[in-house]
Amino acid sequence: METYTLLREFADSWALLALFLCFLVVVIYTFRRSSKTLHRQSAEIPFRHEDAPASETESGGS
Amino acid sequence: MTISPAPMIRCLPRTWEIGVLERESARIVRHVPAAQKSVGTACPALSTVTNLHFNQLRVYCGTKAWMEYWKHMLQGVLITALGCGSLLAAIAANFARDIAYMVNALTVMVVLFGLFIWMIRRVGEPARPQPVGYADGVIRAGVVATALWGVVGMLVGVVIALQLTFPQLNIEWGDGFLNFGRLRPLHTSAVIFAFGGNALLCTSFYVVQRTSAVRLWGGNLAWFVFWGYQLVIVLAATGYLLGATQSKEYAEPEWYVDLWLTVVWVAYLAVFLGTIIKRREPHIYVANWFFLAFIITIAMLHVVNNISIPVSILGSKSVQLFAGVQDAMTQWWYAHNAVGFFLTAGFLGMMYYFVPKQAERPVYSYKLSIVHFWSLIFMYMWAGPHHLHYTALPDWASTLGMVFSVMLWMPSWGGMINGLMTLSGVWDKIRTDPIIRMMVASLAFYGMATFEGPMMSIKAVNSLSHYTDWTIGHVHSAALGWNGLITFACLYFLVPKLWNRKQLWSLNLVNWHFWLAMVGIVFYAASMWVTGIMEGLLWREVDQNGFLINSFADTVAAKYPMYLVRTLGGLLYLLGAVLMCYNLWKTIVSGEAREKADTPMSITGTAGAVS
Repeated sequence: METYTLLREFADSWALLALFLCFLVVVIYTFRRSSKTLHRQSAEIPFRHEDAPASETESGGS
Repeated sequence: MTISPAPMIRCLPRTWEIGVLERESARIVRHVPAAQKSVGTACPALSTVTNLHFNQLRVYCGTKAWMEYWKHMLQGVLITALGCGSLLAAIAANFARDIAYMVNALTVMVVLFGLFIWMIRRVGEPARPQPVGYADGVIRAGVVATALWGVVGMLVGVVIALQLTFPQLNIEWGDGFLNFGRLRPLHTSAVIFAFGGNALLCTSFYVVQRTSAVRLWGGNLAWFVFWGYQLVIVLAATGYLLGATQSKEYAEPEWYVDLWLTVVWVAYLAVFLGTIIKRREPHIYVANWFFLAFIITIAMLHVVNNISIPVSILGSKSVQLFAGVQDAMTQWWYAHNAVGFFLTAGFLGMMYYFVPKQAERPVYSYKLSIVHFWSLIFMYMWAGPHHLHYTALPDWASTLGMVFSVMLWMPSWGGMINGLMTLSGVWDKIRTDPIIRMMVASLAFYGMATFEGPMMSIKAVNSLSHYTDWTIGHVHSAALGWNGLITFACLYFLVPKLWNRKQLWSLNLVNWHFWLAMVGIVFYAASMWVTGIMEGLLWREVDQNGFLINSFADTVAAKYPMYLVRTLGGLLYLLGAVLMCYNLWKTIVSGEAREKADTPMSITGTAGAVS
């Protein structure tokens, strides 16, 4: 089989499936129940260190 | 006690002796604790005095000495390299095979020689104290560069719009330098890479520091990125005017500029990634995801699309490695992802930070922003073939491009809705805050352009729209509307912050800017729709025997009134940008200084709590 045909068939079958599943996993993982607080905290990041970096001891704003 | 520290300390400033000293002092340091102890026991009164000596010695003998030594060595190597480099550039200019290469080599020579002198004058200067806080100097420079290149790029745009309307403006004495063919890539590169690129550079540096809560990684490397990028712009721009181009859309610069851009881009990636790695926030804020995706993808696209072999090391001409339809596909895979990752992902990074900041509330849905990110990443790569409908490209490839382009509509609108809904609860700000209004308008244009684009990628529509001015109209409603307005809004946000001013010099002028830009875009987009569709219809019109009715020249002549309207639109948009520069300038030189105490958002815990 030609390399072109081989690669093409691989691309529109297994590779496509793998990438699609990968995407689905990402979306499902994002919408899991326990992520709610985490995402709320992450959304607040721009409002924490406007004028100066965090001090040595401080790690994160939660 | 056999060692005497005094002579060591006396010769400290002699840098060339540091190597010897280092070896000596390392030996001494090993003996110090033992010697100290013996002195202390033998004669308690003496020990204080001797301790002083020992301590001085210790300070010097630590790793600091090594650092100093290597710093001096590096400085020497750098100065030598700069001198040799400028000499090589002079030789290259002398043997140059074409004028573009010669001018570029002379530019490099001047830059390297300037740096050479600058470095020599700084030799022996005491080391500056380690700076603390955020590295904002480079961001200030980036803001100035953005505004400046923006006006230059738009001005060239107005000039070429006029040249299309009145072809006699391709003046005879400027032929070969200032005609449409030479100026057009200057316009596109100036607005996309100089204006947009500098906007991305400075906002990404601003955002990554604030959301990682640390200073930029890499010290002066960020300055190298900034100035290195300006050199790319200058080399590319002068090259275009003098005829150096590899004739690839949005990738016109020739091989040596491409190589230099690769170096600068890797440094950019290092600074950005280094800052993220040393962050003090546990989570990487979503804006940084978009910025990082933009930096990495552009690196990959740039390298693959510019694989070429120079004809001569002393000339600007190079030959592409790919040929025929492979070359075309590589080019449009590059160009469409430049749109997708440079003009979309990067600017979405700006959106996800500055819209919440200006609205003073967190983004509408953080989950949606993550899904937005991943769907863009998974889909954009496949959309490129829609630029090559009805060509030698295999049918399946262009169908794939079309399908993915249509699918892209959803994540794009998800992102738009996410940005717009951030304002839920404070919709009145659209009326009261012209910067928010600008951001909302830019998101609206993002939505419109990401609807129009997929529609135009459908083969049936494309058969009418392709090669016509409709494409130009689409690009400009996206670039002027989405990229331009969000950049202006970010500049209005950044300047008071970076120059420590209470507020902008005039909000009224921001209003003027907004409306000038709006009317300008409407003139531009509407005239291009009309002329594009008209052109497409005229081209395909046939009589009952199947012969084409209109000659090409007729279709060009028919576009004249719309070209006039387009020029007017561009002029209004440019005028708005000039007003912005004036406003920002006045803010910097005569704005009221902001007192540290009453910064409105310095210690906001929950954003919603801000009135």
